[in-house]
Amino acid sequence: MAASARLPAGAVSAAPEPPRPAPGFADALRDALYAALITLGLSIPLLALRTEQGPNGLVLEPRWGLVAACCGIVFVGRLLLRLLGLRAVPSRRSMAARGAVTTRAEPERQSGFALSALLGPVFLGIAVTFPLLAYLSAGGLTESRYWVDLGILILTYVMLGWGLNIVVGLAGLLDLGYVAFYAVGAYSYALLATTFSLSFWICLPLAGILAAFWGILLGFPVLRLRGDYLAIVTLAFGEIIRLVLINWVDVTGGGAGISSIPRVTFFGIPFTNDETGFLGWMRWLLGWRDGAQGSLGWLFGPEGPTFSPMHRIIFLYYLILVLALITNLVTLRLRRLPVGRAWEALREDEIACRSLGINTTSTKLTAFAIGAMFGGFAGSFFAVRQGFISPESFNFLESATILAIVVLGGMGSQIGVAIAAVAMVGGPEMLRNLGFLSHVFGSGFDPNEYRFLLFGMGMVLMMIWRPRGLISVREPSVVLRERRAISGSHVKEGHG
Amino acid sequence: MHASLMDLIAWLGVDPNFVQQLINGLTLGSIYGLIAIGYTMVFGIIGMVNFAHGDVFMLSAFIALIFFLVLTTIIGIGSVALALFIVMLIAMVLTSLWGWALERLAYRPLRGSFRLAPLISAIGVSIFLSNFVQVAQGARNKPTPPMLPDVIPLFERDGYVVALSYKQLIIMLTTIVVLAIFWFVVQRTSLGRAQRACEQDRKMAALVGIDVDRTIALTFVLGAGLAAIAGTMYLLYYGVVNFADGFVPGVKAFTAAVLGGIGSLPGAVIGGLIIGLVEVLWSAYFSIAYKDVAAFCILIIVLTFMPSGLLGRPEVEKV
Repeated sequence: MAASARLPAGAVSAAPEPPRPAPGFADALRDALYAALITLGLSIPLLALRTEQGPNGLVLEPRWGLVAACCGIVFVGRLLLRLLGLRAVPSRRSMAARGAVTTRAEPERQSGFALSALLGPVFLGIAVTFPLLAYLSAGGLTESRYWVDLGILILTYVMLGWGLNIVVGLAGLLDLGYVAFYAVGAYSYALLATTFSLSFWICLPLAGILAAFWGILLGFPVLRLRGDYLAIVTLAFGEIIRLVLINWVDVTGGGAGISSIPRVTFFGIPFTNDETGFLGWMRWLLGWRDGAQGSLGWLFGPEGPTFSPMHRIIFLYYLILVLALITNLVTLRLRRLPVGRAWEALREDEIACRSLGINTTSTKLTAFAIGAMFGGFAGSFFAVRQGFISPESFNFLESATILAIVVLGGMGSQIGVAIAAVAMVGGPEMLRNLGFLSHVFGSGFDPNEYRFLLFGMGMVLMMIWRPRGLISVREPSVVLRERRAISGSHVKEGHG
Repeated sequence: MHASLMDLIAWLGVDPNFVQQLINGLTLGSIYGLIAIGYTMVFGIIGMVNFAHGDVFMLSAFIALIFFLVLTTIIGIGSVALALFIVMLIAMVLTSLWGWALERLAYRPLRGSFRLAPLISAIGVSIFLSNFVQVAQGARNKPTPPMLPDVIPLFERDGYVVALSYKQLIIMLTTIVVLAIFWFVVQRTSLGRAQRACEQDRKMAALVGIDVDRTIALTFVLGAGLAAIAGTMYLLYYGVVNFADGFVPGVKAFTAAVLGGIGSLPGAVIGGLIIGLVEVLWSAYFSIAYKDVAAFCILIIVLTFMPSGLLGRPEVEKV
């Protein structure tokens, strides 16, 4: 489907690109040699000579073997690519043709539509049963901790992605400082809880409101900006928030952050191993009292239900799942409301929007505010889960990750964002499990070091390979007569 | 002449600390200006914010550091100034190669793609470059051996000696010379003409026989070359470099480009000088902790109230 769907109708009548004559071996060899030479030039100082701190200043440590290996890999790779007639990079012509899609929805797209409609329930099912699956596959509650923690991390990014999707995907406002709202949410909870000892359940809505307030505050000055300017200003805003968090030591604790943030409670009942805590609540629920088994007590044997610290983790998992689903639900419902339609209209054409009498000011501000609110919720969840926050958790890389999730998922596609979050967060995490590679590359090899290197490369490759994201079909918000999917390439990415 | 000028300043009763900060600010501003030209040229010609430019600058500082070490410790060149000059040339060549390769691999395939694609790709390149340097060179700060510690005392007042260091002199002179050469390239050579033509209308430029792809590639090469000069100067001035040093100077240089009017080359330099001055004066008189906040606030204020900058052309909104 992928290949045929990507061909625009205009190109169907024209013959597909004629098979190019197989390049001569000499040509390919020369080309590969150039590539290897360029690699040599690029890697000469940085890879070949490593600066190490010696007793009297820096000393250089030569690593010519590494450079030779890199050049060799590039040479062989390029040679093979050329000989097989493949292109590492799509040709300009096909690229331009792909950009100029002006056709109606093609029938093939419907299958993609059905597929993405099916993906939702499947993903939801996996998400709901994930702790159970982890428990069964890891063979114990404590053993499954790693997987549940990973699930929490992924769901946090799913929620952030969905929140940012409102701003970027629906309203078409490119926000590179989304992490600021995440930080506002996290610090709101941390400060309210440590200063006024408020419960998480009171702080959660407060954090959302405060983040939304900051969203409006950011929204006002950037109302007139468009495109890359908007992106840079939001980036600057994110950095300002982080720098203030670092430097305002009296309130935020500076670079040391805030520690011993109160943990989450089970709606007021602490997760502790005693009668007043979660254990007591479980016993009460199951009707278990001093050996007298209640209605469900037979499940647990004579000693009754036992408490495990994992209960808190699993509770956190379901908490973030519910928060993420609320984000999704609210987004889906908002798309059908006038404000949601105004967002999408704004993304498609701001000038037309204004001439139709849509108040672009309030439309943009609501997008910023609601997106920020969900960022704030996610932030306060982050704080309650970690128990410790510092400004370093809210750097630009986080914003870039969230934006990459939204773009990779296909802007505006909810399920795409979820898939992208799994790929972007779960993928690098899997690198940790590649420890066996140290047998190949020597004992000093830590695949985890290469996480962000690969992450950056992945972002570039993704833009080249599928600039419209993984899920390239969009669900229309207004339907005339029959429901059809629309291609992602019909959807504009907005002006601002 | 020299003495009388200084006497004049002293007689005018200018705060010597202010004069010193002015010198420091102009030095820093020269570095920002050199980086800003890379932003403004690329934005002018293909309308994209080359987000990775700050990291290219950081990369060039590393290249300069390594070659400086090679020249002084392995080859044994005694004169620091000569070593620096050679290092600057090598760094320019190698960084330009990086600039060319990045354009070829990460930006050219995206031309004609949707608007966000190059920006996201550039963010990816930025993350890649800083982590590449981290993996290849380690995460620690890399201090250089002390270079050119001498200063020229200008005048003294109330026991406060205002001095211009050799470093600052070199940085300012280099910037002036490089900008003059660069100005000549853009105004008088066929490459410059092709660049300006592409900036005005890429399609028409192609129709009159300009190789647009080549021109764009050369723009990246020129930008990277200027960033390499800035990187060498940065290394000379601060004497230390770290893999994460690209981001903040990058954003500040972008601010400078926006402040001067994006697309305008003299604007970029003026913007760089202003940002450098603001940062240094802010650190000196208000709070050193919030100097970056001051620079970012300028960015927001300028974009909000004067989106076309000091020397830029106003953007026309088309239907």
